[in-house]
Amino acid sequence: MCFTILSTFALLSCAAPDRQAVTIKGSDTMVALGQQWAELYMKEHPGTTIQVTGGGSGTGIAALINGTTQICQASRPMTPKERDLVKRNRDVDVAEIPVALDALAIYVNKQNPLDELTTEQTGRIFRGEVVNWKDVGGPNAPIVLYGRENSSGTYVFFKEHVLANADFAERYQALPGTASVINAVMKDPIGIGYGGIGSATDIKTIAIAKNMQSEAVLPTMSNVYSNAYPLSRQLFWYTAGEPLGANKQFVDWVLGPDGQKVVSAVGYYPLNREVP
Amino acid sequence: MKQEALTKDNFYTSSTPKSGKKADSKLRRRQFFDRLARGFIFTFALLAIGIIFLIFVYVAREALPLFLGTAEEASFASSFTAPFTWQPVSSVPRYNVIPLILGTFKVTLIALLIATPLALAAALYTAEFAPTWVREWIKPAIELLAGIPSVVLGFFVLVVMASWLQSTFGFHFRLNALTAGMGLSLAVIPIIYTVTEDALSAVPRHYREASLALGASAVQTARLVVFPAASPGIGAALILGFGRAIGETMIVLMVSGNAAILSLDPTVPARTLSATIAAELGEVVFGSGHYRMLFLLGTILFVITSVLNWAGDRYNRRLREKLFGPS
Repeated sequence: MCFTILSTFALLSCAAPDRQAVTIKGSDTMVALGQQWAELYMKEHPGTTIQVTGGGSGTGIAALINGTTQICQASRPMTPKERDLVKRNRDVDVAEIPVALDALAIYVNKQNPLDELTTEQTGRIFRGEVVNWKDVGGPNAPIVLYGRENSSGTYVFFKEHVLANADFAERYQALPGTASVINAVMKDPIGIGYGGIGSATDIKTIAIAKNMQSEAVLPTMSNVYSNAYPLSRQLFWYTAGEPLGANKQFVDWVLGPDGQKVVSAVGYYPLNREVP
Repeated sequence: MKQEALTKDNFYTSSTPKSGKKADSKLRRRQFFDRLARGFIFTFALLAIGIIFLIFVYVAREALPLFLGTAEEASFASSFTAPFTWQPVSSVPRYNVIPLILGTFKVTLIALLIATPLALAAALYTAEFAPTWVREWIKPAIELLAGIPSVVLGFFVLVVMASWLQSTFGFHFRLNALTAGMGLSLAVIPIIYTVTEDALSAVPRHYREASLALGASAVQTARLVVFPAASPGIGAALILGFGRAIGETMIVLMVSGNAAILSLDPTVPARTLSATIAAELGEVVFGSGHYRMLFLLGTILFVITSVLNWAGDRYNRRLREKLFGPS
């Protein structure tokens, strides 16, 4: 029944060509980015309305599978299983469009004297194998873990790239949204958390080394482009089938210079370094 | 109720005056409207029960494949047996409801342990001892607390209370079950208070007067006469408070730390059933094992509240019979 209603809506929106509606849903990390894009694009193209909502990458992907959004924003690539589900439910292949670059930052409280960690050490901390800061070169104090809920693409990315796909420690505290994680670490002298790079103030960002031999670096623009920072990632848009019509125009605009300018304005990194 | 209605009906028909056609039609019209109103009320009562029943059927139906063993990656049996971990996004997803149930009860119990004595004492004070002008201030003020959206309470606890509690009591975790329970008690206190206060005020004046006339002090009267007489109402207040505490989502989602830990220690983080559903339902793929699990959590929550409501109601009725004789 849901599907009938949706297809009716789709037919209706086709019938009125001068009024085009685009829905975007997904990653909380990318909500601000999506909203900026939508705002600017709607100003330039008054005939189009764009609706942006968050909820987490998983939410967006579920929405794409269930057909309740046109564009899905995700801060992690879709799994083969999810691609299969789209194919099965929507009868088309998924189109993957990288739209920006981001780096995952590891945060600690400003009072924490620790400056750098390796990816492997970070993984051991979040898996619960290291429970005291002194084992990774910090003060003698227990570690409190903060992070995102499991509906978040950031959670999944972190789990894959830092935890080597192992499970988070039992004591890991899942908070709703990157802002909550930063707020928690800001108030907890022995806390550690992770999140997108866009929104960190009043908090210490840890330099990360790929391994014991390499140098620890901060998630700056040059380190992300040179691939020296180990926790950088692509941010994606997904559509069911190649984007068409209003969606196609919007996607082209986002990948063009105007759209990519917004990326650096919001605090992420444009796909191509040459774009200012 | 039905018996009463029938006798009223009989009363009307038997007392129909034989003289005067006008009076007769007037009476008949009145009877017609009476019946219409009764029908309306009955329909709405039935509708309320029907909706609740349908919600339960829907929620349980979504969880049904777990019982039949046809759900992907999850089953009813494995959600209650070791290992006791809740890791829905994993190469081998593990859905165990025991730490979530434990977390729920831990937070609910803490909230009730804090809220009950405070709310009862406040209600007893306002109903029995406070001068009228104090009562007119306190009652609306506490009831206003009930009107604060829980997300605002949660935000207050998260930003202000959590840090203060941590530095005062030296908690290892800033966000934990105890903090969540305290935050939750802010939402529960006004409910228990209001219903208790109403129950105490409803105790007939002559009970108090008789007690005072026999030489009992005001405190003795309150403790030995008014409080027992109002105890069925107080029981109802506690049931309502419990229902609010166990179902409350936003406060616990924000301040409990949301870690599914199997521990009785109140100072470690806890993950509750309601917060888990709220945090994860947005993400799941329809029909997946994870989706079914979340509906199982909903079913469990529903069953817990129904059973406790039913037990509370039964106890209350027995208490009423003991106090006032069978009705």
